[in-house]
Amino acid sequence: MAAHSCSYSALLLIICSVSVFIVADSQDTTLSGGHHAAAVEDNPQAATEAAEKTSEQPAVEERSWEATEVEEATLHEAAADKQDTPAPETEAPSPVPQPKDDFQEELVIRPLHSGDIYASFQFRTLWETDFMSGNKVSHYRLFPKSLGQVISKFSVRELHISFTQGYWRTMQWGQPFQPAPPGAELWVWFQDSVTDVDGTWKELTNVLSGIFCASLNFIDSTNTVQPSASFKPLGIGNVTDHRFLRYATLPREIVCTENLTPWKKLLPCGSKAGLTVLLKSEKLFHSSFHSQAVHIRPVCQDWQCKTTSWELRQTLNVVFDLHTSGQGKREWSLFKMFSRTLTEACPLASSSKIYIDITDDPQGELFELSPATPLLSQAMVLGDRRTFSVYDLTQPLTFGTVRSLNPLIRWKSSEGDMLRPLLHAERYVAGYGLQTGEIHTLMYNNHPYRSFPVLLLDTVPWYLRLYIHTLTVTSKGKDNKPSYIHYQPSKDRLRPHLLEMLVQLPPNSVTEVTVQFERALLKWTEYTPDPNHGFYVGSSVISSLVPSIVAMDTNITMDRPLFSSFFPCKEESSFFVRVYTEPLLVNLPTPDFSMPYNVICLTCTVVAVGYGSLYNLLTRSFQIEEPSPGLAKRLANIIRRMRGVPPL
Amino acid sequence: MAAPLTLLLIVAVTIRAALYRSSLADLISERVEVVSPLTAWKRVVEGLALLDLGVSPYSGDVFHETPLIIYLFHFLVDYAEITFMLADVITAVALYLTVKEYNKQVFRKQKYALEADRYPLDCLELIRSPKEMFYIPLKVAMFYLLNPFTILSCVAKSTCGLNNAVLSLFILSTVKGNVLLSAIFLSLATYQSIYPLTLCASALLYLMQRQYIPVNFRRASFWWFIVQYAFMYLGSLFVIVCLSFFLLGSWDFLPSVYGFILSVPDLTPNIGLFWYFFAEMFEHFRLFFLCVFQINVFFYTIPLSIKLKEHPVFLIFMQLAVISIFKSYPTVGDIALYMAFLPVWSHLHRFLRNIFLVCCVLLTCSALFPVLWHLWIYAGSANSNFYYAITLLFNVAQILLVSDYFYAFLRREHHLCYGLYLKRKDGSEATLVLK
Repeated sequence: MAAHSCSYSALLLIICSVSVFIVADSQDTTLSGGHHAAAVEDNPQAATEAAEKTSEQPAVEERSWEATEVEEATLHEAAADKQDTPAPETEAPSPVPQPKDDFQEELVIRPLHSGDIYASFQFRTLWETDFMSGNKVSHYRLFPKSLGQVISKFSVRELHISFTQGYWRTMQWGQPFQPAPPGAELWVWFQDSVTDVDGTWKELTNVLSGIFCASLNFIDSTNTVQPSASFKPLGIGNVTDHRFLRYATLPREIVCTENLTPWKKLLPCGSKAGLTVLLKSEKLFHSSFHSQAVHIRPVCQDWQCKTTSWELRQTLNVVFDLHTSGQGKREWSLFKMFSRTLTEACPLASSSKIYIDITDDPQGELFELSPATPLLSQAMVLGDRRTFSVYDLTQPLTFGTVRSLNPLIRWKSSEGDMLRPLLHAERYVAGYGLQTGEIHTLMYNNHPYRSFPVLLLDTVPWYLRLYIHTLTVTSKGKDNKPSYIHYQPSKDRLRPHLLEMLVQLPPNSVTEVTVQFERALLKWTEYTPDPNHGFYVGSSVISSLVPSIVAMDTNITMDRPLFSSFFPCKEESSFFVRVYTEPLLVNLPTPDFSMPYNVICLTCTVVAVGYGSLYNLLTRSFQIEEPSPGLAKRLANIIRRMRGVPPL
Repeated sequence: MAAPLTLLLIVAVTIRAALYRSSLADLISERVEVVSPLTAWKRVVEGLALLDLGVSPYSGDVFHETPLIIYLFHFLVDYAEITFMLADVITAVALYLTVKEYNKQVFRKQKYALEADRYPLDCLELIRSPKEMFYIPLKVAMFYLLNPFTILSCVAKSTCGLNNAVLSLFILSTVKGNVLLSAIFLSLATYQSIYPLTLCASALLYLMQRQYIPVNFRRASFWWFIVQYAFMYLGSLFVIVCLSFFLLGSWDFLPSVYGFILSVPDLTPNIGLFWYFFAEMFEHFRLFFLCVFQINVFFYTIPLSIKLKEHPVFLIFMQLAVISIFKSYPTVGDIALYMAFLPVWSHLHRFLRNIFLVCCVLLTCSALFPVLWHLWIYAGSANSNFYYAITLLFNVAQILLVSDYFYAFLRREHHLCYGLYLKRKDGSEATLVLK
């Protein structure tokens, strides 16, 4: 029933518009474009949910739930069959009036191959309202008022903010659901009615700084850029004029409890009920990776997109290190992770679910999940078909007789290897000394036979002076000329370097991008309080449409009818991925901070020596030196002058 | 005289060509003493690369050359080495011809003075002989071409070499008495780096002296000549600036080139006095000291012109020295230009007071620059103060050198008026002091 057209153009040159049409009349599903999976829902509520998946929230959009309730036996049912599953309920539009606002919460838990546990919370508030029209919105129910006021005051079209502690290790953990760079990241699309974008941006960062208790007020023109292609709007509206986009990162930002508390306060249930009771900072920050984010965007309310609603998505991703905390035993439970168990769903939530990823263990050989759940779900996540066990917290049955839910996974063996992520990247600084250096960015395409283009965005502060003529891009030992380069050189103390380029990554290759830079000597007041710690350079952002892992299967004929598998699988053929590299820590030469007075005095002395010696020669003339008279004579002369007698 | 000069040029070009081919070239072109943000070849290449990318080279803060330099190297970028060698050769030949002409005039003037019995009798040993003056032009060319500073500057492809060529052509055309060319080259030099503006005064004095126009504020001919020269100078400057505007279609180059020279935003270490001073400056006083330091460069023009109005060529030397010491982004190439004039003043040696000390200090500092740079930047065992101390000492030595030559020059002039062996009133031998 839901149809969406959402275009998200990742590139300037390659515009990939993705639209999902499910034609209800013919009860057929037609999938066009890349990374969307069909959504066939068995209740109208969920149908609308799928509608909002239009939106191109990079990691989340890939999840469209298929046939949520299936028997365990149908677990391996082919996807092609599923899409043909008739969904009788979707024939008639829902007669029930849609609630004006709606709140959903969910938790996804994925055991990682490294033995760590990845937990991803998502809270979504939808509100059918219009902040931009003249009348003031003053009645807030589920939507937080502080953010609503921000949207209307600053004419925000989209707002994405993330706070991350730690670095996501793509090679060990795979792709995250919501990628985020270490530190704070903020990117905002303003409405095109905004005239003074920079002024509004400055005010907005200061307001957000107050709301999230973070140092976002350090965002100024020296770390703000306007990427031309890497960050496209994720909600409806295809305005691509990047004058209304601002992007900034603060790689040095440290995320801690004081950022979590205001974040939790934005939730309808606070930290009182539902999944949020698990969010206790003493456990959340005792982890390898912690990332919390807020995404606000307009989404379509129905398939014709006549009305729009605002979506607030709050996400929190955390990776727990079980090796250090588990005393060698590979066993995991909700209580061990969060030191809490669940007793109820948030009463305001229309849906409250826990998903546990059991894809890697279809036969239950690798680990054992208890309590077992009859609910299973399959979804396309990041180009891969995943299977989840689902606990629906709105059902009292889920909590069992003990009135508390504490899922537990016990590993039986530590085998199993992970498919290498198709795209990952790393970055480092080469060279020695404090004069020059070279930034190396390595991008790995691990796909065995397909090449794909990636967009690389680099923001380098002005005090590392990039020399763009030294830019080299090499893959497999050969020069790989980028097909598109957008470079904006820096202005001292005013704006950073912005380098965006579109590079084609050959299959199964490493592409190396190098660029040389020169380190500037700053004024002594421009150094941070710990100058010898170094200066951070924000992560590079790599955005790409990556061919899907499902489509990569060479033995697709295995469980499919032959007639369906001659042409390469078009549906789900690629998915959007954003990869952040490590931030860099670069040392700069420092002056001696203890001696401004000395330097001023010494330099002025030298200038005075120059001035004095020239002045001396310019104003005086050569004269013969007459011997000075003796002391007695001088005294006599003084006396004689007093007497009025001419001197001797 | 042509043969030794040709030989010298061949030797100089061979040395440079050999260094270009060696691995030292890359090392030299990174040295902060040799290249400044204004003159670095790396930045010229960057500017050309930006132009190729469709970005204005002046939209960033890496490129600070003038548009004419872009235009020049747009065609010559593949022949850069030859261009820089040619610039050095032109400078040397121009200096050679300049000094030859100047010596001719000095000798003529001296002859007239001798015929008029204007020199005291005991000054005969101060009189310069043609024999000693014969090799001075060649020595000047040698001092320029074989000076390690010039060689380094050329091998690093510092555009300072081009500025020096323009300046030397200006001096040549001035000394030859060509008013128009003098004005054009001076405006080119000013266009390249503002500071040569101060040479205007010396050029005017020289040209007026040559045309027997008295330096007298009440005379119409004096003002008429100034107006003529100013018109030619400002006119050609206007043409050049407009030409640069039409080359790039924007005025962005004005703040990026001249604003950069005057406001000193780039504090990359160099051999000058600005970088550490403004890195350590209190924000509150920055503008004040910036004005003081920049005015300091221009300040000496008027008093020096008054004092040296009879000797414009020495005035040019003094001003070149003052500029290269006090300018905001000095390099060793600037020093090489005024040092090339030292052989012209070889007859002052008997009056120099601390030339030995100054030479030792200059040599030691030149050797210590790379050492202390390495200790600070690479080894990390020293800090910025070490390098700063050396730049201070280097500048003190240069100031002493210049003021010493100034002193010697004034003293010789005094002796030519009042005799070499001065007596007191009581007949005993007198000592000369400045009062």
